[in-house]
Amino acid sequence: MLLGPALALSAILFSIGVAGVIIRRNAIVLFMCIELMLNAVNLAFVALAQLYGVAGWVIVFFVMTVAAAEAAVGLAIILAVFRHNQSIDLQNVNLLHG
Amino acid sequence: MSLLAARVAEAALAARPAGAVGLVWLAVALPLAGFVVNGALAILRPRAKTVVSVVGTGVLVAAFAVAVAVFLEVRRAAPEHPVIVTLWPWLHAGDLKVDLAFQVDQLSTLMLLVVTGVGGLIHLYSVGYMGADPGYARYFAYLNLFVAFMLLLVLGASFPVLFIGWEGVGLCSYLLISFWFTDQQNADAGKKAFLVNRVGDFGFLIAMFLLWHTVGSLDLATVLDRAPAALGTETATWITLFLLLGCIGKSAQIPLYIWLPDAMAGPTPVSALIHAATMVTAGVYLVARTGVLFALAPASSLVAAAVGALTALFAATIGLRQYDIKKVLAYSTVSQLGYMFLGVGAGAYAAGMFHLVTHAFFKALLFLGAGSVIHALQHAYHATGASEDPQDMRNMGGLAGRLPVTYRFMVIGTLAIAGLPPLSGFFSKDEILAAAFARGADQPVYYLLYAMGLAAAFLTAVYMARLVVMTFLGTTRVGEAERSKLHEAPASMTGPVVALGVLSAVGGLLNLPAGIAWGPALERWLHPVTRAALELRPLAPPGGTTAALLVAAAVAAGVLGLVVGYRATSRERILPARLAPPETGFARVLYRKYFVDEIYQALIVRPVVWLSERVLWRTVDQAIVDGVFVHGGVWLAHRVGRLGSRLQNGQVGVYVILFLVGALWVLYAVAG
Amino acid sequence: MTELVFYLFAAVAVLSAAMCILQRSPVAALIWLVQTMLALAAIFVLLAAEFIGVIQVLVYAGAIMVLFLFIIMLLNLGGRRTTDIRGPAGIGAAVVVVGLLLVELGALWAYTPARLTREVAAAAGPLEAATAFSGGRAVLEETARRGVVGAVAEPLFRTYLVPFELTSILLLVAIVGAVVLAKRSV
Repeated sequence: MLLGPALALSAILFSIGVAGVIIRRNAIVLFMCIELMLNAVNLAFVALAQLYGVAGWVIVFFVMTVAAAEAAVGLAIILAVFRHNQSIDLQNVNLLHG
Repeated sequence: MSLLAARVAEAALAARPAGAVGLVWLAVALPLAGFVVNGALAILRPRAKTVVSVVGTGVLVAAFAVAVAVFLEVRRAAPEHPVIVTLWPWLHAGDLKVDLAFQVDQLSTLMLLVVTGVGGLIHLYSVGYMGADPGYARYFAYLNLFVAFMLLLVLGASFPVLFIGWEGVGLCSYLLISFWFTDQQNADAGKKAFLVNRVGDFGFLIAMFLLWHTVGSLDLATVLDRAPAALGTETATWITLFLLLGCIGKSAQIPLYIWLPDAMAGPTPVSALIHAATMVTAGVYLVARTGVLFALAPASSLVAAAVGALTALFAATIGLRQYDIKKVLAYSTVSQLGYMFLGVGAGAYAAGMFHLVTHAFFKALLFLGAGSVIHALQHAYHATGASEDPQDMRNMGGLAGRLPVTYRFMVIGTLAIAGLPPLSGFFSKDEILAAAFARGADQPVYYLLYAMGLAAAFLTAVYMARLVVMTFLGTTRVGEAERSKLHEAPASMTGPVVALGVLSAVGGLLNLPAGIAWGPALERWLHPVTRAALELRPLAPPGGTTAALLVAAAVAAGVLGLVVGYRATSRERILPARLAPPETGFARVLYRKYFVDEIYQALIVRPVVWLSERVLWRTVDQAIVDGVFVHGGVWLAHRVGRLGSRLQNGQVGVYVILFLVGALWVLYAVAG
Repeated sequence: MTELVFYLFAAVAVLSAAMCILQRSPVAALIWLVQTMLALAAIFVLLAAEFIGVIQVLVYAGAIMVLFLFIIMLLNLGGRRTTDIRGPAGIGAAVVVVGLLLVELGALWAYTPARLTREVAAAAGPLEAATAFSGGRAVLEETARRGVVGAVAEPLFRTYLVPFELTSILLLVAIVGAVVLAKRSV
């Protein structure tokens, strides 16, 4: 049972993902950092499945599915934004500026 | 409008004291109606002269009839306490209950007769005097309004109602002084009168607040009843001093007399009515009315008497060297008002009121007579196109032949004011001087005040003689071309002059010394009103020999003054105004009225104006209120808004950070 | 022994994640992320979740990351051009947030199973404590009986059937949405 260290690893990976989201300006890389965060969460669920049973695995299953759907739609949006701005630098995506 | 009239009529016909007294409100309502009618005509049909004349004078005559009816009723009933005629409730707030009510007693009846009687005569005079003026209807509207307010003042049953009248006459005074407002000087004079009066009104208000606080009522009858028990000497002194401040403003005493000479910028009948016979006497009336309060505070009575005596002397000296005929009469009014205050200050309320009445007669007479002279000169100058000052006595002289009626009655007025027996002025002035002397037995300082009064009597005779000589006697200084154009005033003007002349002559019969004929009738008449005050502060009249000596002294002062004035002025070489050399030496000081206006300007007006402009306007209003609060508020809102809008810059990255911060916060709150 | 392997793969995962967020080139970042996922897959297997480990490689690293790569290629974003790492302000914000996050999550880590058991025992009683965490053992028994896939499949098609069906609708929506959004003209 590696619950403690596994959860610690999950926390560290999640933090790294957050840091990446804050630092990066490129939309796609930002997305990849979000995927990293999702992975960290998956790890936490799997680790806890050792205590709480198969529900942990099932949730991971669903998370992956949703992550896939989200990636597809998100990347499509990035494509559309790129066609409009000719760049995917998030600094330029500020039409909601007020 | 009609609803108001119906309501007024209904209120009037409701429970009223029976008889004429119940109709006393008509005395106020009639001139008020006159104001409304004449005011409407002034706006809609300014050229409707006949209607205005009839309405304007008619309401006064009707009001006088009401006054006579009320007088007869009061004489018959001889009430010991004032009869209150309540119209409708006015101020009901908590414990304060003030109704619109009139108080009918001997004192208010006396004032009612004087105001409507003398007022009526002056209205009649105005028909002739102001006949050619384009503002005729407006003039009568204001004059009617003034009479309405003045009657409200003398008939008011409570301090607030009295104060309405008080303020109202101040307003009408302003309106009428600056009647010819297109001339800046006239407008300034009106403003000056109003502002100086305001200082006095402040005193009146403070006195009202103190009375409410200490006595708990503002009804005159109640206050005077409760005062002896409720007020200590110190409180009474404060209250009466503040009331006195009001009187000093309204009745033009030192130091607030400065507006009265300037008020001569108004039409002469206005000067006669407002600034001689009625409004300025409101202060004297107030002191007489609140005699109980003044009797409780001998210190304030002394202040009143001292201010009066000092003013009498001071103004008389200035009058010696004025050349404008109306200014001489103005300072004379100030001086005579000083006498009245000397009288009521010494505790002889009846004597003060007596002088008020006789002064109304002969001062109005003098003003109207002067008006006739000015009118004649104006007419002459208008005909020849000259631009001389028709009011400057240096341009007059030798008019006795051309204006005989005016001349004769002006002489009567002069002799009256100088105090020659058996004219009215002799009786009233002598009573005041006797009272001052008698009070000297209690407080020796009154002997000094008596001496000042006597000196003022002498000077009064001097300047009045000077006035008559300069105006009517000697060789005329009127230009050749104008001489033939001078003529006596029309009957509408000489009529009132004659009437007032007769009253000035026989007015002394109102209050003869004890032992002669019916004795002091006015004093007896006013006794129910003055009794309470006299009981608190009795005044022993001087004994037989002393009284006779005082009378002799007064008459001597008057005669001597007339002689000195006559001879000095006759010998003086007077040149017409535009050729006259400037004054020198002490005469210059007198001519420039001791530079009092200039002193006030430097010491009071300039600092106040500086304060308002530099401090209150530029600093407080512009910089602080506008700058810090208004503009500052805008700036702050703008800045905060800009700061806030930086959060919404549309940058996803920023939103993510904010989101994370929020999430951390929630995590902390939940997990602890 | 297991522990040593775990720590090895954990180190690899952390290092790869750090490299991922610091790379200039998006392609390089992607590769590092794939590396992280593979390390995680190994850890999943170590934690007796073999099925999850396999689909991690197949779906996540194999499909999703390849999709990312396609998009990067489509947008011609490869190569090292100007850095897209936000300025010093950004890095400062990152440090602060991450620091806070670590503190928070570290607090959660303090909940070891022993402590959990103790707290449940204190709250609900020793019987509850003994049976509360029995799920893990049940899973291992199921895996032994039905195999790795079967252990997941049964709850998926029984207890969690409704979410499963909803997920299929979700995928349909995602497909339609992606197609619509990516069209040149709608």
